[in-house]
Amino acid sequence: MRTISAAQITEAVARLSIRANTELPADVAAALDRCRRAEPWPLAGETLDLLQDNLNLARERDLPICQDTGMACVFVELGQEVHIDGNFEEAIHEGVRRGYGEGFLRKSIVADPLRRVNTEDNTPASITVRIVPGDRLSLTVAPKGFGSENMSRLGMLKPADGVEGVKKFVVETVRLAGPNPCPPTVLGVGIGGSFDKVAALAKHALLRPLDQPNPDPFYAALEGELLEEINALGIGPQGFGGRTTCLGLAIETASTHVAGLPVAVNVSCHVTRRATEVL
Amino acid sequence: MQYKLTTPVTREDLSPLKAGDTVLLSGTVYTARDAAHKRMMELLDAGDPLPFPVEGSALYYVGPTPERPGEVIGSAGPTTSGRMDAYAPRLLDLGQAMMIGKGARNGAVKEAVVRNGAVYLAALGGAGALMAASVKKLEMICWEDLGCEAVRRLEVADMPLTVILDAHGGDLYQSGPAAYLASLENKQEGETP
Repeated sequence: MRTISAAQITEAVARLSIRANTELPADVAAALDRCRRAEPWPLAGETLDLLQDNLNLARERDLPICQDTGMACVFVELGQEVHIDGNFEEAIHEGVRRGYGEGFLRKSIVADPLRRVNTEDNTPASITVRIVPGDRLSLTVAPKGFGSENMSRLGMLKPADGVEGVKKFVVETVRLAGPNPCPPTVLGVGIGGSFDKVAALAKHALLRPLDQPNPDPFYAALEGELLEEINALGIGPQGFGGRTTCLGLAIETASTHVAGLPVAVNVSCHVTRRATEVL
Repeated sequence: MQYKLTTPVTREDLSPLKAGDTVLLSGTVYTARDAAHKRMMELLDAGDPLPFPVEGSALYYVGPTPERPGEVIGSAGPTTSGRMDAYAPRLLDLGQAMMIGKGARNGAVKEAVVRNGAVYLAALGGAGALMAASVKKLEMICWEDLGCEAVRRLEVADMPLTVILDAHGGDLYQSGPAAYLASLENKQEGETP
């Protein structure tokens, strides 16, 4: 048994909240660069250059890359041999509170969905915990903007819809989103499970680095086919037209019921943020 | 084409603008998002004046991050404009000339743009640091309780914008992707012996 204090968790979450909002993950930056070089349409190329300028400016001026510093989605992998000294969830909320305050990040959370009063400190965090073997604690802060979140969709397809039905649903989601989610986007796709599980799969898929295809060759191929179809839609960076509509797409799957084929698409933007520390 | 404009603007200033043109905007720009729009509608319903002169004005749909001490503004890119569709036509009919945001608008907004000779301009979505660089001054003018959604008066210099909806019915979100796709077809035809 290894003991990790609530204070250690708070400090890590605070650091990660700030880092995630000011430094784009290397794989997302590399995908932007690769797409820029492959972009044939001049206006789209210029637009991608401006997104690069924005990343440089954010770094130079110590500013958040995007003003929507998001809902703090915190993913925890908790080793089953870890003992936490103190209140685990409160430690995470406190880390978000501190990080969003000290980092001059935007407070975008309302306490109640209909009465809509801002909590003023970006809490509560949205916490997802997975118990894993070992004595380590991995924390990932993935701030999620809602311009893209709002364009996400979930469908309970029929098994007869098959792989073609899934492809149609994913591509249709991107077409319906059009310019709204700040393309070029990153897409997390969940297939299988149940109504609640499939959305969690889609969200979790956004954590996978864009240079890592699905380990199952069948799904890796499907990721490639979907990316190609989406980048043939012509929406382009910011929806102004062009090839680069999507930077990358990750599929996660789960076993499902004989009667069902759930599919979910979690839409994210060119500022797909995540930062991880292992305690 | 690139145009340099300074607010407040007239219908005549905006008439040459076509979807796909770029604008470097200077002058005063007011910020407002969903919550501020809702309160503006309540003021109008009560017959009270709006918190800023609406004639020829530019509204930027933005909720910036808090400014660090000594800085003018934090990160300040556009939010999704569609959430303001329910309110925008009423303001355009009162004389608001420019909407600045990102993302698609509904039919009622497009009609109101044409009817009033207005424009809808896109700021660069997700590029908060870049957009902030053109903001020279910020003043909170009302509804501070709304936090990042409070109404601010910004002084901007050469804010880089792209015309999405023009006064003549043009829509870059339709014409831009269509032009790109047509270029691919032309290329294929060109390659056919």
